[in-house]
Amino acid sequence: MTGHRETVRLLFGDVSVGDVLPELSHRVTATTVVLGALASRDWRPMHHDRDFAIHRNGTKDIFLNTPNQAAWFERYVTDWTGPSGRLGRMIFRMNTSVFPNDTMRFTATVTDCSVDEVGCGWVDLNVDLMVDDVTATTCATRVALPVDKNDNPWARRGDAWRP
Amino acid sequence: MTAHRTPIQDLPPVPDEVIARIGEIQYEEEGGFPVEQGYIWTTCAAVENGNPLFWNEEVANELTDGPIAPPTMLSVWFRPHHWSPGRTEPAVPLQAHFDLKEDLDLPEAIISSNTNAFHEPVRIGDRVRSRQVLRSISEPKTTKLGRGRFWTIDVEYLNQDDVLLGVESYTAFGYRQPEEEIGA
Repeated sequence: MTGHRETVRLLFGDVSVGDVLPELSHRVTATTVVLGALASRDWRPMHHDRDFAIHRNGTKDIFLNTPNQAAWFERYVTDWTGPSGRLGRMIFRMNTSVFPNDTMRFTATVTDCSVDEVGCGWVDLNVDLMVDDVTATTCATRVALPVDKNDNPWARRGDAWRP
Repeated sequence: MTAHRTPIQDLPPVPDEVIARIGEIQYEEEGGFPVEQGYIWTTCAAVENGNPLFWNEEVANELTDGPIAPPTMLSVWFRPHHWSPGRTEPAVPLQAHFDLKEDLDLPEAIISSNTNAFHEPVRIGDRVRSRQVLRSISEPKTTKLGRGRFWTIDVEYLNQDDVLLGVESYTAFGYRQPEEEIGA
């Protein structure tokens, strides 16, 4: 998979509304939750202390924190775009928590493709993090893709970048 | 044994001093350390992110004029250490959120939605500054977690040159858990 990601350079013209992204599945462990919390410098106990999560938060176990979920969504989207894809905006809505022993399943559909006034190619995605066919978190994502092989969204600065 | 949910008394009004904070810039602060490569790799490893932009210097030089951090790490750079010399109270990120929990007497809270807008890339060595703005507080609401209020806080991030790096907007639900009585 890593070798595949190194070669992908998705272009704006390669994408159409209704396209479905390849699914990503990952089994969550306590290590997933704790590693993700500490990597995002989130020391709050509900992300590493099972007793606290159960007795203070009223949840069934420790659960993935929001910044780590964001990192998972970023990974999922840029697995698809390759390194030229530049995230502009992400809107998360958390419906249920993600716990150890859950299997996360990421799915996404392209909802819009447009070129803005300054020539930046934007793709809008509805991304879902599912657990047992229940949507745990949704992430409306706006990502910029090169409009041609000479374009680089990362080179956009100031008013040329309108996320 | 049967668990009975007891009704919760309605919440008190939002104090005037809390309402006065809406729209005001609070907690302007600088991250405790410069943006560093090690944390970037730790974060990528935590989610198995193999994007060569973060692992391959040639790709980073080609696309972003050098290494950058994943955009979704924006909030990582201002989160305080769990402990530092001379501090007597544990520091918490998003202090405006914890202020509201205390001021509204809502001991539990979850983040229910989060919008991130990404601007200038964050680079190795950047000193990220943040500032918090309380945008709104809702009327009392009841959810499956309990009775409480939603609030929205924006966190704006800038680098050492005052260039905007991004804005995170958090909507949280602060609540009290329903009390339980155990009956025969």
